[in-house]
Amino acid sequence: MDYHSPASFTEASALAASATGITRFLAGGTDVLVQLRSDMVTPDLLIDIKKIDGVSAITRTPEGGWTLGVAVTGAEMSEHGALGRDWPGIVEAMDLIGSTQVQGRATLVGNLCNGSPAADSVPAMIAAEVTVTVTGADGERVVLVEDIPTGPGRTSLAKGEVISAVNIPPRGLHGGDAYLRFIPRTEMDIAVVGCGVSLRLEGDTVTEARVSLGAVAPTVLLVEDCANAIIGTKLDDAALEALALAASAACNPIDDKRGTIAFRTEVAGVLAKRAAKIAYGRAKGDQQ
Amino acid sequence: MSKLHVSTTVNGDAVEFLCDPRETLLDCLRDKLNLTGAKEGCGTGDCGACSVTVDGRLVCSCLMLGVEADGKDIATVEGMADGEELHPLQQKFIEYAALQCGICTPGVLVAAKALLEKNPDPTEEEARYWLAGNLCRCTGYDKIIRAVMDTAADMREAS
Repeated sequence: MDYHSPASFTEASALAASATGITRFLAGGTDVLVQLRSDMVTPDLLIDIKKIDGVSAITRTPEGGWTLGVAVTGAEMSEHGALGRDWPGIVEAMDLIGSTQVQGRATLVGNLCNGSPAADSVPAMIAAEVTVTVTGADGERVVLVEDIPTGPGRTSLAKGEVISAVNIPPRGLHGGDAYLRFIPRTEMDIAVVGCGVSLRLEGDTVTEARVSLGAVAPTVLLVEDCANAIIGTKLDDAALEALALAASAACNPIDDKRGTIAFRTEVAGVLAKRAAKIAYGRAKGDQQ
Repeated sequence: MSKLHVSTTVNGDAVEFLCDPRETLLDCLRDKLNLTGAKEGCGTGDCGACSVTVDGRLVCSCLMLGVEADGKDIATVEGMADGEELHPLQQKFIEYAALQCGICTPGVLVAAKALLEKNPDPTEEEARYWLAGNLCRCTGYDKIIRAVMDTAADMREAS
């Protein structure tokens, strides 16, 4: 295995483009190293992107959004303060992943590119309409997070392409987000179902919404029917019921040791309602 | 591929070693630097027995490559005591018998030290969540948590 730590994303992209065999980018390494050590994936080329300038920065954009470097860890996101006040759902989703030790290494981009449908940060990012900047041979392009995963362990990134930044939009006024997941205990487990909700209010009425479900299909889902169920409502009981029905209807899960198809389908509706209520409360200015 | 040269700082001492890029920081600490305090339990970041700090940040040394340690500041359980003078956490773990087989103990100590540096007055719940990534199959955790909470109280009084 060759190890390189290039000084720029252009160089990282060129290294990957000209490589033969299996290439992996190394950010936090909490998935890559596990796969390497268990002989699941033994890369021929490992490209460590943590020595590129700016990869550990959390920066406010002039528009009021945020740009996160690809090596920003979960712990750094949780400690940031202002980022969490803008987007508590994204920060909490990331914080749910693994132990304190894993939080010291794990990154949003790693969670995304690992391609797990149960990745906790991904539904939260999709709900928030987060994009990633992708650097390749032809320069940069900006891609919605929901367009990155294509199946378990697979992404839409082409050979030689590398994610070089995470772009979180401005929160703006009267908006709120939330992420909830179900696991059989409170810590150190993989989502049986995850749900991210981001919405905006005008008065008491929902005017914009995005709802995303994790661990209920081969990829994390953006569910338009869920958004449509609550847009134009005051999130009354009827709207919440319609939201839950739409969430359950969108599920296409597997049976496994963590949960059955029936259980995941039911829980998706329950979590969608609860996450929507938290996001609504935050949009109203609740501190919760 | 030839081995890579790594210069790093471990427990305040400048050290250098050569390593294969596939070797983890844990491998390098144990096999090249003879610092066998950090243990390999699972090798997949689940058990925390290999906990060390890197630039002050608590991590699993099995989830980090040796080459990634270049230029970093590593702290392991070997650096906790000041000569013969045990760290208050180490002293309290003995008093409380907060260990049996001892395999998890170096990782728990490093993790607990990192907790108290970040938060000198944790609630029991905060301490339990912070240490959720350090598995112990002997103690049932209660003695560990009581030792950490009592050390925190002592250290607050002393400061």
